[in-house]
Amino acid sequence: MQQTLANFFRALRAMDVRISPAEAIDAHETVDMVGYRDRQFLKDALCIALAKSEEEVGSFEECFDMFFTREEFQDRRNNESAEGGPNGAGPGESDLSESDQALIGDKELAQLVLDGSASDMAQAMERAANEANVANIRFGTQRGLFTRRILDKMGLRDLEMLILQLKRSEEDGAAEMAGRLEQGRKYLFEEARQYINRQFELYARNAGEQLREEFLLETRLGAIDPRDAKRMHNIVRRMAKQLATKYAKRRKHTKRGVLDVRRTLRRNMAHDAIPFETVWKQTKIDRPKIVAICDVSGSVAASARFLLLFLYSLNEVISTLSAYAFSGNLIEISDILENKEVEQGIPEIIEKVGFRPTDYGKSLEDFTQNHLDAVDRRTTVIILGDGRSNNTDPRTDLMRVIHDRAKSVIWLNPEPETFWGTGDSEMPRYKAFCHVAQHCSTVKDLDRIINDVLKTYFRA
Amino acid sequence: MNNIVPPNGVDEKLSSIESIIDGLGDVGYIASRRIATALFVAKNLTKPILVEGSAGVGKTELALSTANWLGLPLIRMQCYEGLDESKALYEWKYGKQLLYTQILKDKMGDILSDTKTLDEAMVSLEGFGDMFYSEQFLEPRPLLKALRQEHGAVLLIDEVDKSDEEFEAFLLEILSEFQVTIPEIGTIKSEKPPLVFLTSNNMREMGDALKRRCLHLFIPLPDEKLERRIVASRVPDIEERLRHQLVAFVQALRGIDLKKLPSISETIDWARVLLLLHADSLEIDMVRETLNVLLKFEQDIESAGKEIAELTRKANQV
Repeated sequence: MQQTLANFFRALRAMDVRISPAEAIDAHETVDMVGYRDRQFLKDALCIALAKSEEEVGSFEECFDMFFTREEFQDRRNNESAEGGPNGAGPGESDLSESDQALIGDKELAQLVLDGSASDMAQAMERAANEANVANIRFGTQRGLFTRRILDKMGLRDLEMLILQLKRSEEDGAAEMAGRLEQGRKYLFEEARQYINRQFELYARNAGEQLREEFLLETRLGAIDPRDAKRMHNIVRRMAKQLATKYAKRRKHTKRGVLDVRRTLRRNMAHDAIPFETVWKQTKIDRPKIVAICDVSGSVAASARFLLLFLYSLNEVISTLSAYAFSGNLIEISDILENKEVEQGIPEIIEKVGFRPTDYGKSLEDFTQNHLDAVDRRTTVIILGDGRSNNTDPRTDLMRVIHDRAKSVIWLNPEPETFWGTGDSEMPRYKAFCHVAQHCSTVKDLDRIINDVLKTYFRA
Repeated sequence: MNNIVPPNGVDEKLSSIESIIDGLGDVGYIASRRIATALFVAKNLTKPILVEGSAGVGKTELALSTANWLGLPLIRMQCYEGLDESKALYEWKYGKQLLYTQILKDKMGDILSDTKTLDEAMVSLEGFGDMFYSEQFLEPRPLLKALRQEHGAVLLIDEVDKSDEEFEAFLLEILSEFQVTIPEIGTIKSEKPPLVFLTSNNMREMGDALKRRCLHLFIPLPDEKLERRIVASRVPDIEERLRHQLVAFVQALRGIDLKKLPSISETIDWARVLLLLHADSLEIDMVRETLNVLLKFEQDIESAGKEIAELTRKANQV
């Protein structure tokens, strides 16, 4: 049974349920205690020992049902050899006539396809599947290969040889027997194919998904296919959540060994001010204040969407987040994004300010005139844009104002650095007023950069 | 220490799923099979249960009912940010120590009067042992209390997600070994490990180390049948027809996009309110007026308000 459980863990892991060795041991103990007799009981007990979150409970239930389902092998005996009557079906005590027996000799597989019950067939296939390591299947294209492997392990070669021999043989009934065996072989193929399909579903369904996600992590934000939008949102959310948990709890930081005399005295008033309990000085950790200024003109809009989605998924760790969008001019978009999901808010924003030739100078002017209050010495300003200002005045003087007020200014540019400064790009001039100016084109970049930003706040 | 009669048959009571379901039912907690299984596995593997689910689905109630049913003392520890060892595990009774030193000062003088040098005084003091750091001066906090119960206990660590990460790490030793180490006294190991429930509202994701040491029980919002039984058990006086209607209404309400879906505790409260108002069936006006029992956000009440007529009508057809 150990192998069964091990395979079950593998199937669970394929569905993103994390199972550590310690949990595997728990599961074994649970099974020892519960036994395999009561299916629902086993399911509940294993679920409690293995699934550790709401999503995992869902995945677990699905996987359990799929994994412990073995009744699909159709029982051929009932429809084909009804006259055989009830008997315990083992390969040894079959109801083949002696002449048949003589023809096929001791080939187990031949006996099985002619006469085996569904459960015999299932068992034999299961055994072969274990030998062939079917649990390693990852891709749809491997299905043929694994089917073949199972059949080989079951002794297909012998069966084919036998059929060939019988066809050539002059003996009585040999040709008819060959026909029956060929029928059986067809059935066997079909069952094996079905079996592999189920196994594939069990062990590899998520593998394709994972591959796709890995690919998306590296894809340029602008080039992401609309049909992957949902998947991307999930990825971004997940990354943001990881960052959020990483930084969520560090609000205070105790300075080791520096006594807070005032609070120590106060705490120990009850003990005649004799310092039994010591209180140490603490520094409060400011939560980040972030101002995001996004270019939403055609070329950069896609990246802006993901940056905003990322930032708004971080609300647990960011104290205030204000967002601005611009192309020809600049508006505040925090309201829109707070009342709506980012996915729905973005199109509305683009409609409002997008589709105009970008004017960085004018937009910076709008910002410094109306919203400069949002920037103080605890604020990180993140500007996302390609810095292509259509040959208008870049107003670097305003950039300096922002630079001097903010804790730091970070410029994210979807264009690679070699393009900065070519054509109407004002990037080299803006760069002088940024603490960090980086090329940011994939979700991975985004994750890395935002992690860096948070680090500057939460550094111990 | 305390006068609790040793509860009999705790092991027996937890010996099968059916007896758990029945037993909890007797004290008014309608448990699903999965909940009963969790108790069963927890008992047999001696592992804590991490109970998750949205607010008001009966996480804390499960621990209370279990303690009630098994006749074990319930020791409850509410977690919050900044909770630390001295509040969770033990503390020295500083005041008492101080007082005793003052009182015993003269006594000390007597004892030390016939010693001549400082060294001699030290030696004779040594002979008295660690008076001030002994059990008498130890103030046990919930965790230590739970470990020291001779006949076992139910330990409820409530809202563990509100505690700090450091505290979570500190829980690990207790949850896996059921022992704690006090430097001045030594290691205290539990004779009969308590049944531990940790509850979490998912304010933050719990650490993997903690999750790994616990069994995980997720309590979802109940289906209609289960909820009817729960209401019947908690508010037995309510009429059957009204009970059906109100549960149907709440179930339908959960289908709307709301900030906070009403959970079981809200349903029970509402049933009590309707009982108080002598309602015998759902009426639109009454529903509208009492909606604030079910929904706790102004926005939710507003968005549900538009659908009330429809929902009430449907619920009344049940």
